[in-house]
Amino acid sequence: MSKLIFERSVKNRRGITLPEFDCPEVVLDYETTRASSPRLAQVAEVDVVRHYMELSRFAFGVDNGFYPLGSCTMKYNPKLNETTASLEGFNSIHPTQDPSTVKGAMSLLSNLGASLCEITGMDGFTLQPSAGAHGEFTGLLLIHAYHSDRKDLKRTKVIVPDSAHGTNPASANMAGYSIINVPSNPLGGVDVEALKAVLNDEVAALMLTNPNTLGLFDPNIEEIAALVHKAGGLLYYDGANLNAIMGEVRPGDMGFDVVHLNLHKTFSTPHGGGGPGSGPVGVKKHLMPYLPKGTIIDEHFVENTKTIGRVRSYYGNFLVNVRAYTYILSLGSNGLKEASEMAVLNANYMMSQLKDQFTVAYPGPCMHEFVLSLQDLKDKTGISAKDICKGLLDYKVHPPTMYFPLIVHEALMIEPTETESKETMDEFIKILIDLKEKASTDPDYLKNAPYTTPIKRVDDVLAARHPVLKYEM
Amino acid sequence: MASYLLNTNAQEAEMLKAIGIEKKDLFNSIPSKLKLKRPIDLPQGLTEMEVLAKMSALAQLNKVYSIILRGAGSEHHFIPSVVKQLSSREEFVSAYTPYQAEFSQGILQSIFEYQSDICELTGMDGANASVYDGATAAAEAIQMVLERTRKEILIADSVSPEVIETIMTYTSCSEASITILKTKGGILHEDVLKKHLSENTAALMIANPNYYGCLEKVDELSRFTHEAGAKLIVYANPLTLAYLKSPRACGADIAVGEAQALGLSMAFGGPYLGYMATTNELIRRLPGRIVGQTLDTEGKRAFVLTLQAREQHIRREKATSSLCSNQALCALTASVYVAAMGPVGLKEVAEHGLRRAHYFQKELEKIGFKLKYEVPFFNEFVTTSPLAAKAVERHLSKYDILSGLSIASHEILWCVTETTSKAQLDEVISYLKEVTQ
Repeated sequence: MSKLIFERSVKNRRGITLPEFDCPEVVLDYETTRASSPRLAQVAEVDVVRHYMELSRFAFGVDNGFYPLGSCTMKYNPKLNETTASLEGFNSIHPTQDPSTVKGAMSLLSNLGASLCEITGMDGFTLQPSAGAHGEFTGLLLIHAYHSDRKDLKRTKVIVPDSAHGTNPASANMAGYSIINVPSNPLGGVDVEALKAVLNDEVAALMLTNPNTLGLFDPNIEEIAALVHKAGGLLYYDGANLNAIMGEVRPGDMGFDVVHLNLHKTFSTPHGGGGPGSGPVGVKKHLMPYLPKGTIIDEHFVENTKTIGRVRSYYGNFLVNVRAYTYILSLGSNGLKEASEMAVLNANYMMSQLKDQFTVAYPGPCMHEFVLSLQDLKDKTGISAKDICKGLLDYKVHPPTMYFPLIVHEALMIEPTETESKETMDEFIKILIDLKEKASTDPDYLKNAPYTTPIKRVDDVLAARHPVLKYEM
Repeated sequence: MASYLLNTNAQEAEMLKAIGIEKKDLFNSIPSKLKLKRPIDLPQGLTEMEVLAKMSALAQLNKVYSIILRGAGSEHHFIPSVVKQLSSREEFVSAYTPYQAEFSQGILQSIFEYQSDICELTGMDGANASVYDGATAAAEAIQMVLERTRKEILIADSVSPEVIETIMTYTSCSEASITILKTKGGILHEDVLKKHLSENTAALMIANPNYYGCLEKVDELSRFTHEAGAKLIVYANPLTLAYLKSPRACGADIAVGEAQALGLSMAFGGPYLGYMATTNELIRRLPGRIVGQTLDTEGKRAFVLTLQAREQHIRREKATSSLCSNQALCALTASVYVAAMGPVGLKEVAEHGLRRAHYFQKELEKIGFKLKYEVPFFNEFVTTSPLAAKAVERHLSKYDILSGLSIASHEILWCVTETTSKAQLDEVISYLKEVTQ
């Protein structure tokens, strides 16, 4: 592996030079200054370049190859988005400039919000939340504000299906709610009878991902929405899987009151190794009075007396929103629909080629992703979903999401996205089948995989038991 | 129209045949009653040339100032070429969270180095892999200090209003109760603090330098806070920490802040970089992603996402935060910036701001902009204004200068960085004289 930047440090070596001081020295009044310089790396520009070039070789993005990481929608990130996001007129403006001097930004954000409204069937969007989980928290605070404003104060619970992302219950907890888990039915949808049993006047909302984390569209959504609304609760839409349904069906038309989207998934903004993302929140009319401070609609800052307040500084991850808007302009009405169609076609194709070799957790046509269970394989060969994933690394493809959703044992969640070709998928399918055979013929080989990566499997337990979170300078 | 799709019609037909389905039936699991029966009401897609023209036109509607004298949470700094070149490497840009450690050592190591930089600047034992921005870092820090019998948080009113507002939102449904402490003459005084400290106090939060640019008496405030058994959270701009005593050395238990100044453009407010760092005592309460060092099966040094037992995907509703990402690319950008500048360069950037701010303040004083707070400040300061602050803004705007932020009708919060030379500051003064004399 690479040296750390600190291990490349040579005393008194310098990178960037700055102009000479042109103003008199300032001696601060009391003991506020450092006794000694921080012990940061002392390197030249060339050192920095070689260091990060080396690190980049030990990273893998969508641009390097297939990345079917389920639920993360690792679609291709168009280069045009990077060009528009680096325009000076977007980069060099201060967030507190007078609105009359940032008309382009105000217009862009308003148009993006309006486009998202049309795509999802909602009435208003805030672009302030910076990630999906941030959007969830914002959405739940909106729901809380709505019930409180109506003096409906008994509602202290949020219902979450057992297939949900872990962020759903965690965000609800942050918003002060206690959680009721509802089980899935044998088809992977919400168990409607179980839902009925827990619905009452203490329920603030049901959080749902549809298509859900099994890649299935819940056909009972209308009934579910009616039941929740009848009980006085609201419906929250986790937009992680919106890439399956653009132009086909809209959360707003399914009955959802609040949605969050992940622009870094559906709208092609790069994931950046974990961020920055953007998690805008859309609402129906009855929730608009509570939208966060810092929300821009129709080229104006929304002024809500009943606002939940701001959920971060300024107006969100602006440059991420610039990229998403670029993408929407590029694809347009038809292009967005075609993207979803191809995402669903690709997923169904992969499933059709793997279903005889592996157990599909919930068979039947899927949407944009599907989940395999490798429990059988593990029982027969001792090879786990993790072992198969580690085997995939040697083929230079990114493994699917593993061990999620929690209700599927030895889960592998596969989401090809629309920006992959049949050849790429065929190759991946072949590798997966080869690895399955290897599990029977040479399990030890897989247990020790990967072989071609810069390091072998890591000791997670050591890392957690004796946390080393920084270099000892 | 751009599409980024690859499969040809022939491939599409082959795939449909393999599945045994017709294209129109792909969405059959959606009840037809719910389906959208019209096209999405958006314009048709555009070609790359058309999109670029449209976006450039929007960008040009925004005014880019050649001199920027405004900070207040978003600062204009020089960003060396090497920073943008390296941080736009596609392997970093188009990767996701490094779940597969063997495949993602580059990302993991870059985050570990970022955490190390933050720890060195703040003096802390551990940092997380970053959060959305400084305001959310501050809000997440509140959750770390709550104890069964201590739920009260004291916050100096000299912390940025954006930060305080975010904290109010984050804690609106939690057990924490927030009390805002009034400052006098720009800083928090011990007598005000002492009056509010009790056995219910979980923590005091101050900013240093604070929103008004003033330096708080951190050591003193720390002593009283700790005597009352409470924790101290310091919100600090990491760039100033190349010059100032670290929060830890001043007694802080948690350091948080906005690291946008480390190589990120102002970008109308985001993406930015919230950092969080703390002592060993509180390390297991740090929220968000954390990268740790470990070994691989052959005993080689390796990096991995760690302390995951705290996180939402394991603990679900018992997790205290739903954070499941970080601002990885922004953290990488900041690390490249810190490496390119080095300890000397960083200190010089900070010192340029310090010296020039003080020079500018003295020149302003001569033409009737009086320093509002007579306490030490760093590179930001508040003055009164002989004419309406908004009139100053309009006047300077004519000369392509963004004035300080108007924080009251006749008060301006100025910020000076290494991007504005003494000669330019003299120029600004000459323009101001046109309206003050």
